[in-house]
Amino acid sequence: MSDFQAQLAPYLTADIFALVYLFAGILFTLGLKGLANPETARSGNMRAMVGMAIAIGVTLINPAVVSYIWVFAAMGIGAIIGISMALKVSMTSMPQLVAILHSFVGLAAVLVAAGLGLLHVAEGQHDYVLLTEVFVGAFIGAVTFTGSIIAFGKLQGVFRSAPISFTGQHFLNFLLFIAMVGFGIDFIMTFDFMSFTIMCVLALILGVTLIIPIGGADMPVVVSMLNSYSGWAAAATGFTLNNTLLIITGALVGSSGAILSYIMCKAMNRSFISVILGGFGADADEQSDRAAAAQKGIKEAAAEDASFMMSGAGRVIIVPGYGMAVAQAQHAIKEVYETLTSKGVEVKFAIHPVAGRMPGHMNVLLAEADVPYDAVFELEDINNDFSTTDVVYVVGANDVVNPDAKDDPSSPLYGMPILHAYKAQTVFVNKRSMNTGYAGVENSLFFRDNTYLVFGDAKEVAEKLAAVLKD
Amino acid sequence: MLEPITISIIVFVLSCFIGYHVIWGVTPALHTPLMAVTNAISGIVIVGAILVTGMVDFAELETMHAAPLFYAKIVGFIAVVLASINIFGGFVVTRRMLAMFRKKAKTTNTAKGKK
Repeated sequence: MSDFQAQLAPYLTADIFALVYLFAGILFTLGLKGLANPETARSGNMRAMVGMAIAIGVTLINPAVVSYIWVFAAMGIGAIIGISMALKVSMTSMPQLVAILHSFVGLAAVLVAAGLGLLHVAEGQHDYVLLTEVFVGAFIGAVTFTGSIIAFGKLQGVFRSAPISFTGQHFLNFLLFIAMVGFGIDFIMTFDFMSFTIMCVLALILGVTLIIPIGGADMPVVVSMLNSYSGWAAAATGFTLNNTLLIITGALVGSSGAILSYIMCKAMNRSFISVILGGFGADADEQSDRAAAAQKGIKEAAAEDASFMMSGAGRVIIVPGYGMAVAQAQHAIKEVYETLTSKGVEVKFAIHPVAGRMPGHMNVLLAEADVPYDAVFELEDINNDFSTTDVVYVVGANDVVNPDAKDDPSSPLYGMPILHAYKAQTVFVNKRSMNTGYAGVENSLFFRDNTYLVFGDAKEVAEKLAAVLKD
Repeated sequence: MLEPITISIIVFVLSCFIGYHVIWGVTPALHTPLMAVTNAISGIVIVGAILVTGMVDFAELETMHAAPLFYAKIVGFIAVVLASINIFGGFVVTRRMLAMFRKKAKTTNTAKGKK
């Protein structure tokens, strides 16, 4: 190894490395830009992969790297684990995979910060700027790590996804934060590794206490937010190493997560702060009078009725929600889509930004079932179509079609942009039971004159629909 | 000559602007692949992890008995494993997802497209 490195050494100045890293950073940026369109997305992903290969390759020939066996062994282990996870994961569990990968970035950032701190100790230097960067990197990384583990647990159903709140929670978080900063400053000033360790432990606890009060309905925000944190953690590591590529990449990922969080908050008409403070979806007792009064009657329909209406319709819109993901109903839904289309019915899908447990979750599930993406529409592109639609079929969605969000100021959902499903001639809502949605809010759509409820598992109902339609 | 931290701050701030503009251009339909690919590229912390692990030679450790160096190597090793999981896992799963997005087959009735 050293022969090769010795020959290259005169050319491998810090400036050359910086320029190669810049090139990799450009490839990452172009990779993300490719996602503007499904057509260019694949080559975009390819570009990002090339960028990563270049970045790793050039790091390996860095003269500072003198020992390779451990590096290659670690990369091999990581590749095997990563690839098998990526190939095995079902599209339904994609939020869990993303959450667990965030946690790995967080932990890696903590470890790199700790490692750099240790190397620094061994060299006997005392650089306040570097130690501050080590502190910031470790702190953000640690919060990302445990926060993502909690998010993963809630998504996977290991922990209850309902918010866990107690009095003095925010005060406790505040105290933890202050204590953590205190030990961090002590570490920077005294160079005491014990303080660093305590600081890390406090940050790890903070990651847990920050995420437990946030309920399942807010998971799309949490996942996006942790995405953002993982980026900032990488950027902080870049500051420690004075490595521009880590800073560029961290900033790209950080702003990506931040924008997604913003979009999700906006789609729920919730402020970022109120999501962070949590507690949403806990109390269903604060019901509006209107919904309670409407309790008097719902109309039930069989799958056969729904299929009869649909086959006679000119335009049908299908509104999928998390219930479709849970029941793995996307393939059966696609059968319904295909059969109706072959009968000349115009079928579209309407996706609310927060449908599912992460941004874009429904789109991926539908794509998995082979539904063409140009039949799938976002809220603002399809909302005007509902009034001219004959049949709307709601599969496992609830809060995102709740008209109270528009009309009832006493509803906790009030102000949230919804899909105007209620404007259609007839609405069929497939539900498993009369339970409230994730936000724990009663849905007045179910009690409207033009709404029929089809009870049953989303997959079974869709299969029955498709079967009847085919006859 | 600028201080390194100043250069870092400049790069960071400008990159945030670039990120802001690029990400707003991403179609909402691909927000899940976006998260997966950002997972993959945030595995770039592997650069730091490689430096931490690779900087220490074990032969050197034996003679120096330097505990901090030993810990640094262990810590770096784990960090390389974790970052690699992100890189490989993130890119592969993004690829898998993007391969599923297809357009309406206008002429033939879905002759291909099934895996």
